[in-house]
Amino acid sequence: MTEILPYIVQPRQDTGLYNAKVGIWLFLGSEVMLFGALFSSYILLRVGTPEGYWPHGWLNIPIGTANTIVLITSSITTVMAWASCKMNQFGRFKLFHACTILLALTFVGIKSFEYHDKFTHYSLTLADGQIADGHLVEKSPDFDLAKKTGHIAIHGHVVNFQNKQGEELQKELKRIYDIRSPEGRAVEHSELKYDASQIASLGTYAPLHNTYTAIYFTLTGLHALHVIAGAIVIGYLWGPGSKMWKTDPERFTNRIEVSGLFWHFVDLVWIFLFPVLYLL
Amino acid sequence: MSDQLPHPTPGGAAVAAQAQDHPDHFSHHVRRYLFVFYALLFGTLITVAASYIPFGHRAINIGVALFIACGKGFLVAGYFMHLISERKMIYGIMAFTAFFFIGLMFLTVWSYADFPPLVVSPYK
Repeated sequence: MTEILPYIVQPRQDTGLYNAKVGIWLFLGSEVMLFGALFSSYILLRVGTPEGYWPHGWLNIPIGTANTIVLITSSITTVMAWASCKMNQFGRFKLFHACTILLALTFVGIKSFEYHDKFTHYSLTLADGQIADGHLVEKSPDFDLAKKTGHIAIHGHVVNFQNKQGEELQKELKRIYDIRSPEGRAVEHSELKYDASQIASLGTYAPLHNTYTAIYFTLTGLHALHVIAGAIVIGYLWGPGSKMWKTDPERFTNRIEVSGLFWHFVDLVWIFLFPVLYLL
Repeated sequence: MSDQLPHPTPGGAAVAAQAQDHPDHFSHHVRRYLFVFYALLFGTLITVAASYIPFGHRAINIGVALFIACGKGFLVAGYFMHLISERKMIYGIMAFTAFFFIGLMFLTVWSYADFPPLVVSPYK
């Protein structure tokens, strides 16, 4: 195939790299800074939070672990797809990258489930100053259900921070902010019903809820966008883009390598996101 | 990825066979990838298990989790992304990135010193 630009396929003699490889690494460098800025923000928000108010255990660890395994598995299928191209095994490439796409969709599906869980988790500040916290008994696609019907039923518990200080306040805070603590685990949930007149304000565990949910949705949302973008690129190379294998196999293999580098970076980011958001 | 392909050649799938590396040449790479994959799975389980161990100080839990995450990150970047045997230019790009990334992280540490006393409560 005639090359329009030099070094599309062939590496330069001096650097030993073809154009796309330099391009993707420069792009990944900028991506490191993008996520770095958000990680930096996370540290600042966390360190600046008064003691006892930073949530622990708000995210489901088994689900997060499963999603981590899904992403790690997609990384091995990606590198195996590239290796298959290098070994001239196009059929195996197709199989491995089909797995990558399915795993990417699985990851996004699980993440959507987790997001939905947060958007149906309500925190009600009651007129008497107590806080009722829990999930909607009847889940509705209308997240503003309570405002429209005038009442709300949640499966949860009540905490009261009023007139509490020191050790007593810390124990009460753990009942809602540190689900993994003995106090948090000891909480018993029951069905609670409130009329609109009893509710001073309410909101879900959406990004606006507090700084933790804000940074959680920002970090994982941006990461999920990367997963979706990577899946689209890999999907294209797996489908219509794979025609290039017949005409220019080397260039096609390079494309698989470059898209794979992006995918591994997405995996790399999650390796740090998982402990930071789910475990610590 | 340090393994460079031979010069490109035109033509269909038959030519592709010539252009690509011999399977035997790559079998040891594949074994390495599988080893890294198992190590990453093991690392994930260790990270979760370590988070349930009360080390007595939350900072230690954070340190342990980040240490394991760094190890896993090294495996992904080093072997899946082939940074362990990359060209000089890529190392140059990464060195610039690392410099600014570390600077960015230290900005938070420096800003921490700028808080008025007793506003920030460090973890105990």
